[in-house]
Order: sequence, then structure tokens, then C-alpha cells
Amino acid sequence: MSGILAVLEAGHKLSGETLAAARDLGAKLGLAVHSVEPGLAYTADAFTDVLTELIRAKQFQVVLFPHTYQVRDFAPKLATRFDRALISDVIRMRVESGRLLVTRQLFQGKLNAEIRPLDEPVFVSLQAGAYRAEAGEAVVVEELPALVAAPRQKPEEKFREAQRAVDLSVAPIIVSVGRGIKEKENLHLIEELAAALGAEIAASRPICDNGWLPMERQVGSSGQTVAPKLYLAVGLSGAIQHLVGMKGAKTVVAINKDPNAPIFEVADYGMCADLFEVVPALTAAIKAAKG
Amino acid sequence: MKILVAIKQVAARDSLFTASADGKWIDESNLEYEINEPDAYALEEALQLREAQGGEVVALCAGPERVSATIREALAKGADRAIHIRADDIADWDTLATAKLLAAAVKTEAPDLVLTGLQSDDVGAGQAGVAMAELLGMPHATIIMQVLVNGAELRVKRELEDGWFQHVGMPMPAVLTIQSGIKKLRYATLMGIKKAKTKEVKLLTPGELGVERAASFEVVGVSLPQRSKQTQMVATVAELVEKLKNEVHVL
Repeated sequence: MSGILAVLEAGHKLSGETLAAARDLGAKLGLAVHSVEPGLAYTADAFTDVLTELIRAKQFQVVLFPHTYQVRDFAPKLATRFDRALISDVIRMRVESGRLLVTRQLFQGKLNAEIRPLDEPVFVSLQAGAYRAEAGEAVVVEELPALVAAPRQKPEEKFREAQRAVDLSVAPIIVSVGRGIKEKENLHLIEELAAALGAEIAASRPICDNGWLPMERQVGSSGQTVAPKLYLAVGLSGAIQHLVGMKGAKTVVAINKDPNAPIFEVADYGMCADLFEVVPALTAAIKAAKG
Repeated sequence: MKILVAIKQVAARDSLFTASADGKWIDESNLEYEINEPDAYALEEALQLREAQGGEVVALCAGPERVSATIREALAKGADRAIHIRADDIADWDTLATAKLLAAAVKTEAPDLVLTGLQSDDVGAGQAGVAMAELLGMPHATIIMQVLVNGAELRVKRELEDGWFQHVGMPMPAVLTIQSGIKKLRYATLMGIKKAKTKEVKLLTPGELGVERAASFEVVGVSLPQRSKQTQMVATVAELVEKLKNEVHVL
């Protein structure tokens, strides 16, 4: 017995996309599709042990995961147990002459690499946006064996830090800043632009890591998810962890000096220019246009 | 406490990347290199743990001759000594093979704690730490924002999605992958740079470590991404303001 196993994460929005991907791949490769949603309390040790048992017993050829933080915590361990490298953060899969080919990003989205897995089982984690979650044929739902060994990790209750004072999810206009701003002392350029537009300020992760803006202004997989009418990205390259947090924006405008910055892949309007030259002029022009 | 930090040297973030002649990796001529940013944070955490607990910090890096610069930087910041796994073809080692190489070197040191960044800025697989933990038989946790040491036990703060966190306890020895921003990075001092020149760097080869390059996958080709949207490029501020006014309707 063999087939494709989709390992789903309860309650995670990426699980539906992963199941859709498994169905699509199953149809193309002529393989049965199975799914499993581990119900036991999460630890990397426990998930690795029970999934190892299941995959060995049923001899799955392909194992798909949603590329979530939880999957990033255990899937490389699981693949290593099978002497395989997990092919992580995959944005596309295709089948050519009956063989699976997957695409993942390099250099934070500046290049794509197409990869051919060599040996089964193949372990692949899928990034958001690779597939559209939709209803399809029923799949075989697998049960997991009982856990034998006690996990070494002792997880405590999940918690959130202090309540967020800024809710970027409702902001109609957002000016978002990335590493291109270079120094904290230059942030006033962005503040002035945001004030002229009546916009909230947001940022990519490194800006918040540096303490230049509070963490609550971070947009992306570890920060807020936003859907403004206008998302104006300044000096922000557009790593996928950032893009997943802002792809709901109605219009994206990007200002970046690197013509190959991945932010231009999702931008409606782009300006390839040095932000230090353009932003003050843009602020002045917006003020003038608003009267 | 003996802490080993696995660091990677990566092409500088603002490089202009093009595919290599064989189309399977990037053209590495004329590139500048730097320490992988999350690994710089892992090193910082290791140095601060040593300053609080006492012990030793050993930097571990695999790659060709050029990674010596990154190793020297780690030593200048305060690592006590370093191990350089000399592998000129490191770009051809997949994530599992690289983890085997690093794990073999870790075994020769038997540290209490292994730290590394949560992922690399170049390949971004995010697996070296977790795969090493499995190969070493150590417990692990990923995307760590705080490390507390209590005797032989660790209590770490994991970052989860959407602003959630979780504390996790585990025994040492253990492997942790560190999130960027865990602590403020230090700069190397002049004294540190001077001292680094006298610190020990042990050279090892994959052969000496008994690890062969094997691959779970092959790269078919590297290419520039296709744009999913039709981006209208504008050349002037006046043109952009016109779009914001008449097409985006925000002015």
C-alpha cells in the first residue's frame, strides 16, 4: 500500500491548501490520497515518533505538510529519520513524465530553484498561496498509533504578550518600511509620508528586531495580517514571510532600488528608485495634491 | 557550560543575484559575503549565556577558504575558539548532508548546548538545527526568543504564529534555533579583533569527519521569479501621485 499523505495542522488555514495540493498531486501521479491530523499535544518528539510509525507502516511515497511554524519545528526531524532532506517552503509543484518537480525560493525570494526529489519517501512543506483550498473528493483519513516514548520537550500554555495597541488589520492605508531605510534616524521620512497620506506605519521584521519600531507594527507570518486599500512598501524587498501578511491588500505600491526585489512581483505599481531621493518629493507632492 | 554555535556565511543580502553558468546555483564571482543574520543572533545569545553562566563558546562553520572571514568575526566578537569544516563545494551539499557534516563536528566536542539561527538568508531551508538534533539524539526547539538555564534544564520561549508564544522545558544537551532579534547584537571591539588573531581555529575535512556528500534531491535549475501581477512601473514622483489620485483614489 502506498500513496500521498497530507499531514494537516488542526485549525490552521494552510491545512486546506495542503489537502488541495495532495488531491491535485494524487490525480497527476495516480496515487491514493490519505490525510492525518495529529490529535495529541504537540511536541516535536511525539509528532516525529507517531508519524514515523504511520509512514513506515503504510509506506507513503510522498508526505506533504503546510509550511507552518509547527511543521518547521518537527518535519526536518521526521525527514532526517528517513535519511531524507525535507524540501521546505515550496511554492509550486508539477509533474513531468510521471516525476514530481517542486519549486522553492532562494535568497528570500530573489531567485527560484526547481528541484527534483530523488528518493522516496519525499517530504515537502508547502508555502501559503501554492494551492487554493477547495472541497474535493474524500480522502482516506489515517489514525495515528499510540505514543510509546515520553517526549523530552515539556510545553507550557501558549500566551500572547501585552494586548496589541495598534490594530493594522483595519487600517485603510499603510506605509510599510523595510531594511532600505538603513538607520533609525531616517525613519522620519516614512513618518512624514504616512502623515501626509493619513496612513498607519508598518514594517518588515528586521526593522522591529532592531527596535526601530515596536513589534506590534510588524506585518508578516510572525506579525499582523493586513488588507488595506493601499499598501505602500518602501525599501522593503518582500521576503515571503512578509508577503503572506500583506497579500490581501487591494493595491500594492512598491518603491525599491533593486529591480529584482520580490516585492515587485506582487506590486500593482512600482518605482525603481532610491527611497532617499523619492520619498521626500513624494511626501511634498501628496501634500500639494491634497491641498 | 560549553556552547557550540553553528554559523553560516551567506552572500550579502543586497547582492544582485544571477544564475551560474550551469544554471544550478548562483554566479558566485563578484559577491560579497557576510554572516547569516539569524546565526549572528545565535552567537550573541551564546556569548551572553557564557557571560552569565561561565564556560566556553565554540563557533562552527562549514565552507571554503572565504568563510575564514566570518569565523574571525565570530572570534572577534568573543567566541573562544572555532572549528572550520573545509568544504569547497558546500553549495552542493543539501540540507541533510550539511547537517550530517555539522553534527559530526559537534560530536567531537560534546557540548551542553548547540545554537544556530532558525534559517539561512540564502537557501532558507530552516533545517540544519532540527536535523542536527535528530542526528545527535538531542531534544530541540525552534524559533527561540529567550533561553533560561536552570542547572541541566532549559526553559525556552518559542515564537508561534500571529503573536503567540510558548515556554518549553527540556533537558540538556539540546539544540536550539534562534530567532533574529533575541538580543541586541554587539560589535567587535578593536581589542576583540586583535585577540581573534591568536585564537584557535581547528580545520577539519568531511573525510576526517567520515561524512560523504549524498543528496535527497537535485537542483534542475535556478531562475528569476515570474511576476504574478502586471506591475505598472512609473518613472517619476509626479506619475506616481497621479496614479494614487486617479487610479487608487486615496488622495
